[in-house]
Amino acid sequence: MSQQNIPSREVARRVFAGEFNDGSYTFQESDDERAPLYLLLPTGERANRVFLVGTLTEKEDVGEDSEYWRGRIVDPTGTFFVYAGQYQPEAASALRELEPPAYVAVVGKPRTYETDDGSVNVSVRPESITTVDAATRDRWVVETAERTLDRVERFDDEGNEYARMARERYDLPVESYTDAAVSALESLDENDELASGSEEPTPQA
Amino acid sequence: MADLRTHAEEIREQFSDHLDLTVDDVEERLETLVDEYRVPVDEARRSVVNAYLDEAGLERDELGGGAGGNEQVLLGEIDEDEQWVDLRVKVVDLWDPGHESIAQVGLVGDESGTMKFVAFTTSDLSELDEGTSYALSNVVTDEYQGNFSVKLNRTTSITELDEEVEVGDDADEVEGALVDIQSGSGLIKRCPEEGCTRVLQNGRCSEHGQVDGEFDLRIKAVLDDGEAVHEVIFDEDATTELTDISLDEAKEMAQEALDTTVVGEEMADRVVGRYYRVRGPTLGRYVLVDEFEQLSGPADAEAVLIKARSM
Repeated sequence: MSQQNIPSREVARRVFAGEFNDGSYTFQESDDERAPLYLLLPTGERANRVFLVGTLTEKEDVGEDSEYWRGRIVDPTGTFFVYAGQYQPEAASALRELEPPAYVAVVGKPRTYETDDGSVNVSVRPESITTVDAATRDRWVVETAERTLDRVERFDDEGNEYARMARERYDLPVESYTDAAVSALESLDENDELASGSEEPTPQA
Repeated sequence: MADLRTHAEEIREQFSDHLDLTVDDVEERLETLVDEYRVPVDEARRSVVNAYLDEAGLERDELGGGAGGNEQVLLGEIDEDEQWVDLRVKVVDLWDPGHESIAQVGLVGDESGTMKFVAFTTSDLSELDEGTSYALSNVVTDEYQGNFSVKLNRTTSITELDEEVEVGDDADEVEGALVDIQSGSGLIKRCPEEGCTRVLQNGRCSEHGQVDGEFDLRIKAVLDDGEAVHEVIFDEDATTELTDISLDEAKEMAQEALDTTVVGEEMADRVVGRYYRVRGPTLGRYVLVDEFEQLSGPADAEAVLIKARSM
């Protein structure tokens, strides 16, 4: 008998900071209190987990009684906020020991909180934070651009229930995420040109 | 219902050595289930066969596959539980049986790929040799959580072939970011009992209790490409190649820290968050890593840009 009794692991979505931070609506798909919590991405996908790679630019212990680390991780479109405390000991100790700036990879869960003025902020509760190299970061940018474009392409598909949900919950033009993906890719191009340009002979006037 | 009559004839034939059945009787039983109780034919057949098995005091694997032999199939064509089939295969790998009820267990292969096989001690069959090709007739397919295997039984006939069966490559290739290392990774201890390689939990083997374990390295990891997750296992060699930590170094690290978990943690630091492509056979939920590479080269931004600009 083929029975899938093992609960399947949630996939880690690829999303740029710009889109991630535009999300604010979270939901569960069953009444079970342990049911996975999803952040609705504006391009029409549910995200229980994300994988991101960027530059850790700042870290700060914002805890009062106990350690509570906040890291700012920058990608070509914006900044991810990552919070790790006593319940994320590995990630917290990684943040404690890291020296910004550094390329880091983060696997984590989206979390939202409402600020005093009623707006909703989105952050990442990390499962792991590791240092990676520039090639890994570049690969993530390309991969995330590709996944973003895939979602935008599917946005108008009939039966795309998360796109329908995104239309209801957010009033955001999805084309802007295509533009952001293009800019992110172009930013890689520029870096490449800078890197290779320095080795080429300067053309004579 | 000529169809039921054919089934009835086959069932009578299957039991010819054990029970004195008439085709009419068997057909009547099938008819009752199919026509009166609306049971699907396959299920009706299974149920009637089970009833006769009880009557004859037999186990299912003691029963022949019926007259005229079975369909000769390729391993890759097997997609149903409890089918009687004939195979032409090469024994690719023999594993430790791990339990006294199992005579032999391992992998057989043909041009379509490889599959696990099991032969039970009670079936009293001649042993298969690794690297030798055989015609196996009357083996039964088995399914567990979507994975198929074949079981040899006492009615299986084994004929050594003169020619060699070509074994096709059914290795899977998966890639993605390594997003997690699961528990039971790093420096582990295995049960030293003959034929048992179970991983110990707190020095205990689930079969043999408290034992002095033998150290080993492995990593159970999750590769995630943003659309799907794949679980993969690196064995000792692959783990050392991946992390640059040998078994001896791992033991030293653990001794120094008086704790084996430091090894897994150090390994996680070195691999989590990187992209890998791995290749190897799938066993159960896991791809067993034969080969792997880190994807650190430049990704093709140009192709994605072209796509984006066309949208």
